[in-house]
Amino acid sequence: MSGGVVAVVVLCAMTTVVLKGIGPFAAGSRELPAPAVRVVVLLAPALLAALVVTNALADGDRLRLGADTAGALAAALLLWRKAHVLVVVLVAAGVTAGLRAVGVG
Amino acid sequence: MTEQPPPRGLREGARAGLPYAGASGVLALSFGVVATDAGFPALAAVVMSAVVFAGSAQFAAVAILTAGGGVGAAVGAAALMSSRFVPMGFALGPSLCGSRLQRALEGQAVVDSSWAMAARGDGGFDRLYLFGHTGVQYLAWVLGTVAGVVSPSLDARALGLDAVFPAFFLAILANELRDRRRLGVAGAGAALALLLVPVTPPGVPVLVASAVALVGLRRS
Repeated sequence: MSGGVVAVVVLCAMTTVVLKGIGPFAAGSRELPAPAVRVVVLLAPALLAALVVTNALADGDRLRLGADTAGALAAALLLWRKAHVLVVVLVAAGVTAGLRAVGVG
Repeated sequence: MTEQPPPRGLREGARAGLPYAGASGVLALSFGVVATDAGFPALAAVVMSAVVFAGSAQFAAVAILTAGGGVGAAVGAAALMSSRFVPMGFALGPSLCGSRLQRALEGQAVVDSSWAMAARGDGGFDRLYLFGHTGVQYLAWVLGTVAGVVSPSLDARALGLDAVFPAFFLAILANELRDRRRLGVAGAGAALALLLVPVTPPGVPVLVASAVALVGLRRS
């Protein structure tokens, strides 16, 4: 296990460095054309929304509703009410933990 | 044309990053616990957080190892999770400084929240703000992992710590939904990702969902 762990850590570090560096390396100092700028502006909502739903609703390659889905919904409600991000994540964890404590999900 | 606001600096980025750093710390704590449970030596978990510094990738790699997967599968899953950094890096590149190599180095300072919040809304990014925002988050990420590996008796699931992840991304997303177009793109990205979950490996749905942003090629 331990040798495998070391390999995973080293290889993950190397891939992350490449994935984070390749865009700036290739783009250089070239200014983006206007259509590309519009795509960039829309990239964040597309990526973030996908990250939220895959984390709240997916377990590997299966879709499922769990206690953490309810936690994420509570977070959404608090964000809509303009709550602080730290409050939001703590309540999400609290709601999830509470539901699991009573045997839901 | 309206005048450009002055770029936001390091200090401002660090201050704005603090709440996200707090949330990151909680997330890192659960990573420390989960990795230790998966058989990672404490030091390996902390080093992973220090040198990989990508939450979704780290959780994915550990989950694969826990499920009995090999090194290749674990690294591949982590790479897919981090693949979103490629389009993000392309967008950020022109706002960085120096040679291509230096830009690639500076590009290491990207995490989701700093990237999204350093965006000026005109396609450009505030470079120092990005560094400040990521800096505090890096500290919290490493220290949180240390806290997690020294308290392995914690039950991350029972504490609901897995809900911290979607809540964290939801908080970053909430800042983004400033007009109907972005709201529509977020909805479409979410729907596309969910459709792909049952048929593609983890990480792919998020990468493919980023393609929804291509509607930006058309004028709104």
